[in-house]
Amino acid sequence: MRVLRGAALSVRYRPRAVTATAVFAVVAFAAVVLTLGSGDYRIAPAEVLRTLFGGGTVADHFIVVQLRLPRVVTALLVGAALALAGAVFQSLVRNPLGSPDMLGFTEGAATGALVVVVAGGSSAALACGAVAGGVATGIGVYVLAWRRGVHGYRLILAGIGVSAILSGVNGYLLTKAQLMDATRALLWITGSLDGRAWADAVPLAIAMAVLVPVVLITCSRALHVMEMGDDTAAALGVSVERVRLTALVAAVLLTSFAAAAAGPVSFVALTSPQLAKRLTRAPGPNLIPSMLLGAVLMTCADLAAQHAIPGRQLPVGVVTGVLGGGYLMWLLATGRKAGRI
Amino acid sequence: MSTDRKDQHSDLEEMGRDMSTTMTDTAMPETTAPSRLGGTALTLAYDGRTVAEDLSVAIPDRSFTVIVGPNACGKSTLLRALSRLLKPKAGTVVLDGTDIATLPTKQVARIVGLLPQTSIAPDGITVADLVSRGRHPHQGLLRQWSRQDEQIVAESMAATGVTDLADRAVDELSGGQRQRVWTAMVLAQQTPLLLLDEPTTYLDIAHQVDILDLCARLHEDEGRTLVAVLHDLNQAARYATHLIVLCDGRVAACGRPEEIVTAELVHQVFGLTCRVIEDPESGTPLVVPGARRRSGA
Repeated sequence: MRVLRGAALSVRYRPRAVTATAVFAVVAFAAVVLTLGSGDYRIAPAEVLRTLFGGGTVADHFIVVQLRLPRVVTALLVGAALALAGAVFQSLVRNPLGSPDMLGFTEGAATGALVVVVAGGSSAALACGAVAGGVATGIGVYVLAWRRGVHGYRLILAGIGVSAILSGVNGYLLTKAQLMDATRALLWITGSLDGRAWADAVPLAIAMAVLVPVVLITCSRALHVMEMGDDTAAALGVSVERVRLTALVAAVLLTSFAAAAAGPVSFVALTSPQLAKRLTRAPGPNLIPSMLLGAVLMTCADLAAQHAIPGRQLPVGVVTGVLGGGYLMWLLATGRKAGRI
Repeated sequence: MSTDRKDQHSDLEEMGRDMSTTMTDTAMPETTAPSRLGGTALTLAYDGRTVAEDLSVAIPDRSFTVIVGPNACGKSTLLRALSRLLKPKAGTVVLDGTDIATLPTKQVARIVGLLPQTSIAPDGITVADLVSRGRHPHQGLLRQWSRQDEQIVAESMAATGVTDLADRAVDELSGGQRQRVWTAMVLAQQTPLLLLDEPTTYLDIAHQVDILDLCARLHEDEGRTLVAVLHDLNQAARYATHLIVLCDGRVAACGRPEEIVTAELVHQVFGLTCRVIEDPESGTPLVVPGARRRSGA
């Protein structure tokens, strides 16, 4: 633990957490450069860098900035948004399983999107449907879990129940859709970055520009204290219910906008905060490291999805799902060894 | 409506100020002492189950007040109400003459500290880190860790004897050590009033005495007002300077232990036949339960 002090200012930080966060940023950037250079038309990393900073040929510029950059930026933003939402949820419910994909918010976003697909709506309408579905699910789970305040276990149980119901609804909606629409919807539900344009990235970027500062400024310190129990936090001067509501709303919105941009990509929200915690070895919600690690996971998963099977692109959700499932098994195995599960 | 409430509020304030005198006539023979914290005509309820009705208490300043009573008599509920964790259904908890519910929560946290019955130590947190979180009500976004914070955390750890454990993980510690660490955390909050909800539960007798000695020292050396909920009547009688005996959500007796702990009171409140003798160590009342009559003996 180190301290930086000025006249009226003092900031505490952990050197290891700062180093880890910097490493995440570098890795994310490297993955971005590699992804921008790969594809049918390969471009060397050095050329990619030159193009990004304004140099390069016209052709390179067109491919890198016009064709590939929107997809990569979407991947970065989606990863960061999901991971931040996951870190907030896991901290709130004090449980590593308390992530938006477990609590039904991504299912809800999928339901919203599917309703639009069945009704034959456009891509933009689909994104709006996803946001609306996620937010509606968030409100529903909150109301179901409310009893003199919302507590961790009730939120998880209500979320799992809602999630199960919604996955049934989603299956039904898929059978009702036209064949073409159903195929498009299925790809979206798996989580995909194919053909993402600036129109997909911009709404998410705007949402994050508002929500990320809200979470970091108003909730971060309070979340640290709330990890010690609601009573302790209240005794230390935290307005527990207000912080919880703010954090929940922000996290649900982040999840919904991310799902609108790339579909309900699984496991990034679940794994990033836990991995970040293990790498920084810092207690607390680890919001900023989680966010960057989410961006790393998402860009790397996208890179892998494009190249894992030669000549065939996988939806990114398949890769994150496989990675996340493996991670969950590992968590279970190490937890069992430590006698916790 | 709003004026009604205002009238009521000032009434209650009045009552809060007069409380020590009104109580003198009824239940509190000794306490004419000033009181920063108290509750007037409190109705306390959980989920519609009423625990206490028309309950009034005053915590004398600079006292070591101990609340005792049989299980489910409302001890912890009262403590939660006094620390504004539980909103009374009726009545007011008054802190420094103001309804505590109207004060900003951070401001209250600089005056009243609370060690709840259950706290959660986050995974892998170190002792020093946990204790430093007690500084939360004094910190801000830009002022996260001043020299004063650092010094107070060091002092709190020294006062509770956990300085040597500073870099250990809290989950590796024994129950007694952990309770000291949590006590250090509320100490770091630097509040003139400190509420402790059953601080000795789950500890063996040596560690119970250890924690209570620590509390007594905090009370005597630093002039803090301490309020603790305890289960053990004898420990309460030994350490308290002011005892509040609750029974079915009502104050059965309150005052100095020497004056109020009698065999009749124990029988009336706990339904236990006993003798009350003088504690040979401290001279305080000692409750000795009556022996079981063995058949044939």
